[in-house]
Amino acid sequence: MRGLIGIATVGITVTALAQTPGPAQTDIDARLKHLETELRCLVCQNQTLADSNAPLAEDLRREVRELASSGKSDAEIKAYLVARYGDFVLYRPPLQSNTWLLWIGPFALLAGGAGIWYAVVRRRRRGDDEASTSEPSPDEAVARARQMIYEEP
Amino acid sequence: MKTWRLILPLAVFVILLGFLWVGLSLDPREVPSPLIGKPAPSFSLATLHEPAKTLSTADMKGQVWLLNVWASWCVSCRSEHPLLMQLAKSNVVQVVGLNYKDKPDEGRAWLIENGNPYRVSIVDRDGRVGIDFGVYGVPETFVVDKQGVVRYKQIGPVTAEALERKILPLVRDLQKS
Repeated sequence: MRGLIGIATVGITVTALAQTPGPAQTDIDARLKHLETELRCLVCQNQTLADSNAPLAEDLRREVRELASSGKSDAEIKAYLVARYGDFVLYRPPLQSNTWLLWIGPFALLAGGAGIWYAVVRRRRRGDDEASTSEPSPDEAVARARQMIYEEP
Repeated sequence: MKTWRLILPLAVFVILLGFLWVGLSLDPREVPSPLIGKPAPSFSLATLHEPAKTLSTADMKGQVWLLNVWASWCVSCRSEHPLLMQLAKSNVVQVVGLNYKDKPDEGRAWLIENGNPYRVSIVDRDGRVGIDFGVYGVPETFVVDKQGVVRYKQIGPVTAEALERKILPLVRDLQKS
């Protein structure tokens, strides 16, 4: 009986040990969680690898997991997928010759808009200044008012 | 100055229209393959009909060939199948089938039902070779040259137009070289 309990205890301990993931495994899990949100599923294109239920996404998750557990870095895993599927798998496109417009474009537009806004404001302000300096003298104003009232067009 | 100011918004609008027009004609599902111009990924897979035999990339060296990714569960494979059958009859180019993530007996049954245009089909049960080839939507077809370099990728079913305009001219060109 004691032997039986002993065996049972050992058995429970062993299963418990097998079930608690080692620190390496949890590290990999955390890495994968992050990595999979940066990768695009090619079947449902607006979903990340983490979100997609497509069979291909499952395969790619398996592939990424295997690469990660074999000690590949995030950059190496990304390079592996880019070599097969192109830059499109990356949710964050790399800055390179054919994507500079994508990266710089919005800022260029913003700068352009700010430039136009500045020019318009400046011109308007200058226009106001001109108006105030060219304001007619009281005598002139009275003369003009008279003209407007008494002289029918 | 005045006319310039009037024309500018119109010009901007026309440019925008141009971008949108081009954008409409692009298919977001067609992701250009980074494999074009690169050696075809090496594989060595069991054939569908004789599982004891394998076929590898090296076996196809020295000839132009097509790799057609198909599966019995793939609906649009049926639409390209008659064209592949014609191609096989014409004997212009060897077509290797990659039976992608399929059950081998279902694959074999499908070929009996629809005809077998392939010189040989190889079995990619878990889709790993598919991943190496960047397959994401079956069917896909690759043109591989004599040196084993991928020259063209057709995403989705082969159409009569794609066959006549792109694939066959390319195959003939590559066969000459």
